Amino acid sequence: MASKRFLFVNRKAPFGSGQAGEMLDAALIAASFDQHVHLAFLDDGVFQLIKHQRPDTLEQRDFASTFLDLAEYDIDHVWVERDSLAERGLTETDLLIPVTLVDRATLSRMMADIDVVISA
Amino acid sequence: MNTPPGVLHTVNKSPFASASLESCLRHLSEGASLLLIEDGVYAALTGSAFSERLATAARQHALYVLGPDLEARGLAGRPLVDGLQIVDYQDFVRLAAEHATVHAWF
Repeated sequence: MASKRFLFVNRKAPFGSGQAGEMLDAALIAASFDQHVHLAFLDDGVFQLIKHQRPDTLEQRDFASTFLDLAEYDIDHVWVERDSLAERGLTETDLLIPVTLVDRATLSRMMADIDVVISA
Repeated sequence: MNTPPGVLHTVNKSPFASASLESCLRHLSEGASLLLIEDGVYAALTGSAFSERLATAARQHALYVLGPDLEARGLAGRPLVDGLQIVDYQDFVRLAAEHATVHAWF
């Protein structure tokens, strides 16, 4: 199967809706079909990556273990929009995994250049 | 004599993703209190684009944030907007009972 570059744009907080989990599942499925998967986190999506979350206390799914294992799925590209962090009073040190910070303009160019973009 | 408590407003949406909190703050009447729950607790962060808006409201109203929802989101122990008081589920029930009405903003 021909391999395409996918960009999953995560814009939702982790627990308020099921969308964060659905995006992660879609990204893992694409990766398992040998597609080149990039993850971007912006808007409230940056809250998905905050350290020390306790989803168990709400009986919610634990995303952290999956984020920590992304390399196992050959997902090496995790981008976080710097502007979204700043608007929320967050910094890179608040995040669970190493990421590449990008500004809004750069992320816009990535969205324009990549083969498939899925955003939620 | 203290003014009897008015309305307890609850907001469960992130202020960055929904206009619920902004609208709620515009409708706080005298004696009203506000409790942030679920994704509403993201409004409690300091240094955000929303902090000053909430700090202003805190000077005129009692503002509460649900601790267990902060903890679940990795925000326990972080600095919060001045004037916000962290409460637990029992406090939530007590606040609801003490106020004349509860207005839930979805």
